[in-house]
Amino acid sequence: MSAALKHIVVAGGGVAGMEAAGALAEMGHRVSLVEKEKNPGGHLLQWHALFPDHRPADEVKHYLNKRIRNESITLYTGTGVEKIKHHGHEVVVTLSDGTLINADAAIIATGFDLFDARRKEEYGYGIYDNVITSAELEEMFNAGKVTTADGRIPSRVGIVHCVGSRDEKVNNNHCSKVCCVTAVKQAIEIRKQLPGSEVFCFYMDMRMYGPYYEELYRESQEVYNVNYIRGKVSEASVNINNRLVIKVEDTLAGRPLKMELDMMVLMVGMEMSKPGTLLAEASGLKRGINRFFETADHHYGNNLSNVRGVFYAGTCTAPMNITDTISHARAAVAETVRYINSR
Amino acid sequence: MKLEGKKRIWAEYQKDIPDDHFFYVRSCIRQTFFAGSEQTFLKIMRDDLKKDVFEDPRHTTCTGIGYHGDVVPFETIQTVVARHFALATEAGYKHIAISCVTSFGIYSEILETWKHFPETLARTREDLYKATGRTFDVPETISHTSDIIYKFRDEIARKAKYNLVDISTGKPLKVVEHIGCHYSKMFPNYGIGGAEFPHVLIGMIESWGGDVIDYPERRHCCGFGFRQYLIQANRGYSVSATRKKLESMEPYKPDMIVANCPGCAMFMDRWQYTIKEIDDITYGHDGQGIPVLTYEEMAGLVLGYDPWNMGMQYHNVQSLPLLRKMGIKADPADRFLAKDGSRLPEPANLINS
Repeated sequence: MSAALKHIVVAGGGVAGMEAAGALAEMGHRVSLVEKEKNPGGHLLQWHALFPDHRPADEVKHYLNKRIRNESITLYTGTGVEKIKHHGHEVVVTLSDGTLINADAAIIATGFDLFDARRKEEYGYGIYDNVITSAELEEMFNAGKVTTADGRIPSRVGIVHCVGSRDEKVNNNHCSKVCCVTAVKQAIEIRKQLPGSEVFCFYMDMRMYGPYYEELYRESQEVYNVNYIRGKVSEASVNINNRLVIKVEDTLAGRPLKMELDMMVLMVGMEMSKPGTLLAEASGLKRGINRFFETADHHYGNNLSNVRGVFYAGTCTAPMNITDTISHARAAVAETVRYINSR
Repeated sequence: MKLEGKKRIWAEYQKDIPDDHFFYVRSCIRQTFFAGSEQTFLKIMRDDLKKDVFEDPRHTTCTGIGYHGDVVPFETIQTVVARHFALATEAGYKHIAISCVTSFGIYSEILETWKHFPETLARTREDLYKATGRTFDVPETISHTSDIIYKFRDEIARKAKYNLVDISTGKPLKVVEHIGCHYSKMFPNYGIGGAEFPHVLIGMIESWGGDVIDYPERRHCCGFGFRQYLIQANRGYSVSATRKKLESMEPYKPDMIVANCPGCAMFMDRWQYTIKEIDDITYGHDGQGIPVLTYEEMAGLVLGYDPWNMGMQYHNVQSLPLLRKMGIKADPADRFLAKDGSRLPEPANLINS
């Protein structure tokens, strides 16, 4: 059978799924790209600008949309993938609308869910008006207006790192990797949009692991006067003027700190997505202790699942940034093609 | 502030509170500081709500203060609590009603320990049998008595003679609620509403017409903190913790504070006296102090009980301004009048007196 006639289902139309679908189609394969939302794009759709260079997120969105504009790709939207089973030489994919697709292989790119900040009750998300998430701040950037709930310009903003990450109490021991640099990026954007504001980041460690991240961190301090306080926020409340009052332990100064804020931004971490979890359970796909899909080998089998003909791309396996997600998706495509050509 | 956010959290932290037939375990601290509150609880339960509450005079202290003061080992306190369970078992009761928040924390900790380490339950059974010849069943439920009043709050509201309303303005009274740490912070699932936004007292206050004040130091320690007070040299910490709370709530002009923990009610009351004596500072309206009530006293006032029969005159901060606002006619001259008509000694320098 010619490689050009192969059919691959890609489950999830976020960054990884779009890149994988585009790469497969480019090689001449037929692709069914399945996205549960109305439009492909995933979490990127919410984002305004990207680290480390503040490039508009629209540029990457544009790239990915162009990538899947290929007649070999059939896009299914508003429906998810419920089950994938290996059968004979095929995989049988069941969509949530009942559609069955027989294909040669499947790539799972179901991505991540943002941590539900309401689970960290002490921060008062969903209760206090001006406690928001990093994703909601991006929407404010998109709208060009960073304001408090009652429309005021915030004069002091706090950014809380590791919300739902590295936190045993919410059963998330893993680091979400991108929150630190997102905080740095967002702190700079706040200072650019609101030059009169003060921004304080409350962190455990600054994990500036990627190229140019450390430079961005330095720039945030030297050029934008962003303040970094090493300590976790223990509680938030509001005073009689509806201003947030937070308590933090400044671990470098070795003293407790109490501070008033106009806005507090929670850097919500990544968790295994709910659709991914259901898919794993229905399909007999293994998950790791971090609850993401477990790959066959951490080092040289990082796109392989425990089910023949089923591969992984992107943040369904672990938190990663867009750069790594795209690379991981391309690697998944390489593994998939190797598999279908070797049968 | 979004109330629906709180309601969502409250909905997640509910517990099974039985409807009737309680084995009552008293509090050694409360019997000393607010003896009338425990009597008020029993009167509400038996006379107003027609519930069966059983007491066994052989019940003892739980030794919780000694446990938290590091003089009673965990094995010992487990055996003491097991003996209470044995008394309940012998009397045929499966639901424990606990008066003290310290005891509630102790009972919760022990039940959780037995759940996760069954060998400690087996060891405790052995220890109790060797020491007393008794056996016991693990109770089906444990409830703090504030849980029970919370459960029947609407029934109490239907019988109310007074509401938590200022009769001169028709506006709700502004109430600070304070929850004992050992009620909600040790095992949030054992309390109503969880650790961050507990609902047990808020539910009562709102059912009876009051408004709750949400002030920045709402979660801060009352000032007891065991070691802060039990070790005399640390008492400055205790006063300063209470002071921090009082300063934080002052701008909201609260009409009263209500607590579900003996330590909290005690210290937020007594330290107001201390601060007044040291610095001549008070935190209520017009130079007055803020009355601190137990939830039974609050419920008793709503039901029309005589405040002096409930022992409210034995708080350092007197409740006279609050009683006037609620329209409760209680003669201050009768405060220290004994049942036989003789006069009891009157404490000096009471606030709001």
